[in-house]
Amino acid sequence: MMALLLGAALLMAVSGVPGLVRAGNAARRDAADRPGDADRVGDVPGANIATALLLTGVLVALVAVVAGWIRPGSEAVSLPWAVPGGLFETRLDALSTVFILPVLLVAGAGAMYGPGYRPARARPRNAAGFRFFYGLAVGALIVLLTARGALLFLAAWEIAALCGFFLVSTEDDQPDVRRAGYLYLAATHTATLALFGMFALLGGGVPWLRFPEAGTLPAGGAATAVFALGLFGFGLKAGIVPLHVWLPSAHAAAPTHASALLSGVMIKTGIYGLVRLLSFYAEVPAWWGWTLLGLGAVSAVAGVALALAQHDIKRLLAYHSVENIGIIVMGLGLAALGRAHGLPALVALGLGGALLHTINHGLFKALLFLAAGSAVRAAGTREIERMGGLLRRQRWTAAFFLVGAVAICGLPPLNGFVSEWLVYRAALSAAAGEIRGISLAVLAAPVLALVGGLALACFVKVFGVMFLGGARGGAGAAHIDGDAEATRGMRLGMGLLAAGCVVIGLVPSAVGPLLAAATGDWARTGPAGAPPPELAAVLGQAARLSAAAALLLGLSAAVALWLRRCARRAVYGAPTWSCGLETPAPRARYTASSFADGLVDALAPGRRLERAASADLFPTPARMHSHLPDLALDRVLVPAYRLVARGFVRVRVLLHNGRTHAYLLYTALTLLVLLIVYGGK
Amino acid sequence: MIATTVLRLAILLLMAPLLLGVIARTKAVFAGRRGAPLLQPYWDLGRLWRKGLVISRATTWIFWAGPVVAVAVPVVASLLLPMGALRAPLSFEGDVILFVYLFALARFFTAAAALDTGSSFEGMGAAREVTFSCLAEPTLLLGFVVLARLAGGLSLNAMLGPHLPAAWGTSGASLALIVVCLMVVLLVENSRIPFDDPNTHLELTMIHEVMVLDHSGPLLGLILYGSALKLMVLGAIVMRLVLPVDTGNLWLDAAVFAGGQLVLAIAIGTVESVMARLRLARVPQVLIGTILVSVFAVVLVLR
Repeated sequence: MMALLLGAALLMAVSGVPGLVRAGNAARRDAADRPGDADRVGDVPGANIATALLLTGVLVALVAVVAGWIRPGSEAVSLPWAVPGGLFETRLDALSTVFILPVLLVAGAGAMYGPGYRPARARPRNAAGFRFFYGLAVGALIVLLTARGALLFLAAWEIAALCGFFLVSTEDDQPDVRRAGYLYLAATHTATLALFGMFALLGGGVPWLRFPEAGTLPAGGAATAVFALGLFGFGLKAGIVPLHVWLPSAHAAAPTHASALLSGVMIKTGIYGLVRLLSFYAEVPAWWGWTLLGLGAVSAVAGVALALAQHDIKRLLAYHSVENIGIIVMGLGLAALGRAHGLPALVALGLGGALLHTINHGLFKALLFLAAGSAVRAAGTREIERMGGLLRRQRWTAAFFLVGAVAICGLPPLNGFVSEWLVYRAALSAAAGEIRGISLAVLAAPVLALVGGLALACFVKVFGVMFLGGARGGAGAAHIDGDAEATRGMRLGMGLLAAGCVVIGLVPSAVGPLLAAATGDWARTGPAGAPPPELAAVLGQAARLSAAAALLLGLSAAVALWLRRCARRAVYGAPTWSCGLETPAPRARYTASSFADGLVDALAPGRRLERAASADLFPTPARMHSHLPDLALDRVLVPAYRLVARGFVRVRVLLHNGRTHAYLLYTALTLLVLLIVYGGK
Repeated sequence: MIATTVLRLAILLLMAPLLLGVIARTKAVFAGRRGAPLLQPYWDLGRLWRKGLVISRATTWIFWAGPVVAVAVPVVASLLLPMGALRAPLSFEGDVILFVYLFALARFFTAAAALDTGSSFEGMGAAREVTFSCLAEPTLLLGFVVLARLAGGLSLNAMLGPHLPAAWGTSGASLALIVVCLMVVLLVENSRIPFDDPNTHLELTMIHEVMVLDHSGPLLGLILYGSALKLMVLGAIVMRLVLPVDTGNLWLDAAVFAGGQLVLAIAIGTVESVMARLRLARVPQVLIGTILVSVFAVVLVLR
């Protein structure tokens, strides 16, 4: 089945190639002939081929993954590879499957969504390149997640990262986008550098190694350095605070279904790397677990706090990725603690929660990005302060966004709750045990509660401000009349992801065996291959979760039916009560900033609130601008780099001064030094 | 089992509005008035459910969803929670998390319904509601950590089980701190003085009440009923901690539970009568203080 999966990956990787041929010309001609109705099924031929190939690839890969799951026996596929030290070996185990499934679902949804959202006809300039890199990124991700050799892993990692760069800077005519792209490029290459170091150390002198089997490496020796480098490299990719600096701008700049791919699954390669790395070791020191738990908690709180202050919808969603990565890393940290102290229950709950949250976050974050993209298309702006009342014009988009919002807040009965429930249980079980060393880990539970509360505040704000109430003027108001619903393909893409959220939420036991097997792959606690009994028991209880969810839905439906009968007595069309003021100006509506003000004030008192008002007797027009600087990027990294850059400029001016005799002096000095060093031999 | 479940549901669904009447009567007695009849909330509900309703032109289906979820959630949540000595019919390890998050779901939809009207007042109410609840949730979780540690289990049935009288003997200090903290959470979540005033008539200072300004008739009735149910469900936790009595007889247990709820209602009425409302800016400070107090309780049981 691995061979089939590789074939599918290849198919997806080349899906954009046919469109590259004469794509620009054809698209330009097409655009000139028939300017833009996005609802037509057909696009330029290259785009249609790309969509078809990508969807076929996704289907084939899904078949391969499911078949590989039904008939286990993890056969490896090795291909000859003429790279020195290279080893082209791939294998599909449960751990890889957990990470591949969201890649396939998000890529499939993106392929359905793309043609409606970003018809190549309307953007002839960069559509072909975008398609090419989108498909290549998906293919590279699959190879990355199944690779069993360090060089193959790094090659796939680098291809995926570069594709990410080209996806981020698709609309490179805008300076913001270029800046975001460079920041991303610098960050991802720093991560790669750290990974080179990590693999070199891991191999112990043999640089390009095959991945060791789970639980075979002894701790100690270079393990600390390997963990530190891995945490840095993979953490930079995943966006763990304070290494998240590149993430918000990059994910905001990309076209929305590329954002969904980047935010939903690409950053998870960092999590995959960490999980895989920890699986190599026979034993895990407790401080690794504490470090992960602490970093996860900081990421979760900081991510959601920064998200609250944003009013660009895509930046906001990107910051929520930082939050969710934090929750995943907390689960991983709890699992590592469990391994350090020999508590299989903690391992099963923590890792099960982390892995399920990885899948879930892929689904609902991609769904939110796609729905947000549809809303942005209708409103003509990413600024949520200018949106409002979109539900009337986008019934489906609003419903899908609502599903995503409820799921990301971790509310029952959707999937986000199930994974957070597992992490909570891991944290609470730390208190129940008698081991003194880890009872403090129970404090993860109130942290999760705080994060959950803040996320709820944030998504009530976003959903309310974007989709409910009335328009707030600005660009959004210009479009206020008429239907602006997403095209059928876009709705299909969103519907696929929403269905995933609902199914995992209502029937969590469906993913149980997969999680149990993946946990077994990670920590060989019991007999080889046998899933840990703890997780099976827990997921058995998940049936009760389904029962509660079903009761909730049934009861709500009953009350709603009764309300339908009452609705016959309703008088519609009255104005909203606003203390007697009949029609307040659209600009006077409650905004996202006002909504979040109290919480942001409590969490980040140092926020910059810029006002420019006159102190005159007669008020003049005033401006107010609120902006929450990102502490790590705006206050630490940028000033530090600026300082370094200024230093380098000074050195350059000193050395590279344009005087010929100075250059001759350098040459003479170099020769003299070489003579002194090597002259005697 | 079935008899217990039916009895529990009957007590919850039929008795919840009475608590509002008792609170109102307590406040009236403190103020030297005769007050409305104890059964007034029932008449109010009946009247509202028969009335017509006026729907703002700004609203969508979300406006209708808020009250529906606000009624459905406390009923489902009550199935997870032992009411006095009456065991919960739907119980599993970790149901405590579901319990907390169900109420979060209700909050999501209530706040969204408020924003659906497009009114700034209701927006302010929604913002305050989610802000204060954010700070109340860690306290609730820390309280449950203490209870889980004492019970050695993660289901509400175990945490509020028959071991509580013994636990008061061994870890009385922690439990006392937790009772105080949970009482604060109860008052915040049910928008009671000193955090919110259910009887206020100034839109600018309201929290919960302003969110439902535009709901009328049956919708308002559902919201009132839902908040009565919520008061009873959350109150059941506090009362069980204070009054951990297991008689072994179904009817006696039910009577103890009902009596306890009435005592709790009188206590809430007393608090409402003798305290002034906090300034809005002070509320988060009190809530953060409560989080720290519950951290002390956790430290006491973990040591």
